[in-house]
Amino acid sequence: MSQRTALYDQHLEANGKIVDFAGWEMPIHYGSQIEEHHRVRRDAGMFDVSHMVIVDLEGRRTREFLQRLLANDVGRLKAPGKALYSCMLNEQGGIIDDLITYHVTDDYFRIVVNAATRDKDLAWIGRQAAAFDVTVTERPEIAMIAVQGPNARDRAMSVLTEGEARQAGELAPFFGRFIGPYFIARTGYTGEDGFEIMVTDHQAPTLWSRLREAGVGPCGLGARDTLRLEAGMNLYGTDMDETTSPLESGLGWTVAWEPAERDFIGRAALEAQRATGGLKRFVGLVLEGRGVLRGHQRVFTDSGAEGETTSGTFSPTLQRAIAMARVPADIGERCEVEIRGRRLPARVVKMPFVRNGQSLID
Amino acid sequence: MSNIPAELKYTKSHEWVSDNENGTVTVGITDHAQALLGDLVFVELPETGKTLEAEEPCAVVESVKAASDIYAPLAGEIVAVNEKLEDEPELINSDPYGEGWIFKMKLADPDALASLLGADDYAAEADQ
Repeated sequence: MSQRTALYDQHLEANGKIVDFAGWEMPIHYGSQIEEHHRVRRDAGMFDVSHMVIVDLEGRRTREFLQRLLANDVGRLKAPGKALYSCMLNEQGGIIDDLITYHVTDDYFRIVVNAATRDKDLAWIGRQAAAFDVTVTERPEIAMIAVQGPNARDRAMSVLTEGEARQAGELAPFFGRFIGPYFIARTGYTGEDGFEIMVTDHQAPTLWSRLREAGVGPCGLGARDTLRLEAGMNLYGTDMDETTSPLESGLGWTVAWEPAERDFIGRAALEAQRATGGLKRFVGLVLEGRGVLRGHQRVFTDSGAEGETTSGTFSPTLQRAIAMARVPADIGERCEVEIRGRRLPARVVKMPFVRNGQSLID
Repeated sequence: MSNIPAELKYTKSHEWVSDNENGTVTVGITDHAQALLGDLVFVELPETGKTLEAEEPCAVVESVKAASDIYAPLAGEIVAVNEKLEDEPELINSDPYGEGWIFKMKLADPDALASLLGADDYAAEADQ
């Protein structure tokens, strides 16, 4: 059964081309994916991300629960409002999902998980939460609008009341809090500054319209994908899944090994992987010549060892093909990628490719 | 509604074919096809001089979303390619029937042109 967000009519009105995404009828673009991409890099664009799953976790032992559930450590969230990116692992160290946790109060955390993994995430979280007396409440009645770009915050604040705008303006990067009728977070999935604004389904169309009037252009999931790839941000189900380890997905930095006694789910498996060694690396690739990199292309190192791209695209900012790839550890500064039977040279780079509108690869 | 010029011939795989009335044809992809593909970012052109069977894949257009094969509408030999597309693949989006042409071919059998779809038949095809 296909679902629609509270902003479906707004997408049609803006000429959105609607596609199925994880069971949701979502706009892939509103005319030109590349223009929408540039708009976010240069000015301000907004995405309907209401299909994402907001879950509130409440109870005295919520922090303790999340320290068991997540590979990253919410113990790092000292200041109220701070956000944390983490993987949620299974016992084998595979990634069930990646998510963001917002620390609201010591007994109230809000997490946002992927739409495509909703059912298994809720089942897993519910099962683990029982032992901690944590209440798990999905919030399907809340929509979410991501306003992103160098001018995104100013534009968004211009549609808020004076008091709300002041509070939103005080949010440091990677912080979020309840402000007026919203939960506003200075987070995103584009490599640009901006807000993710959670708002009730009922109020979402009005906020969307006001943002449009303030000069924030609607952007589809297509631009969201090229933006996140340039920003070196993984996409669940594409760059990693339950069969891959965060240590082979460029997400080692999100695994909090200290304190050593914190027994998060998957820890033993990751420690064994670390001890065994031979892990693959997760790198960025830039195609030297013409062409477009895509997911699942074969990658060859100088020694002839083989890896694979996990996602790839033509980067509108860099005007060249880029990809993420899981490759043998012996990879050097260069490799070859097989495209339609031909091996083409590519450069191996550290991600992100682009941050705050600037290329980081040359 | 996409633009389907009445004077052109078409294939089910969304190529348009223009009769140059000297035994050669010019080939591109339709307005409908470019709209489906979205912003084009790369075109792999065929080699001039290459001989092709009808419906043989001979070029690739890639949008940010996906790669798509272009097929020879009829048997023949490639006699020219639009090299401008190497730097400006977006010409296919902006002017699919003009500056966005992809290649020209000399037909093995010029009479075979009659076997291609007319604009009305293609419109019905594109509608599905």
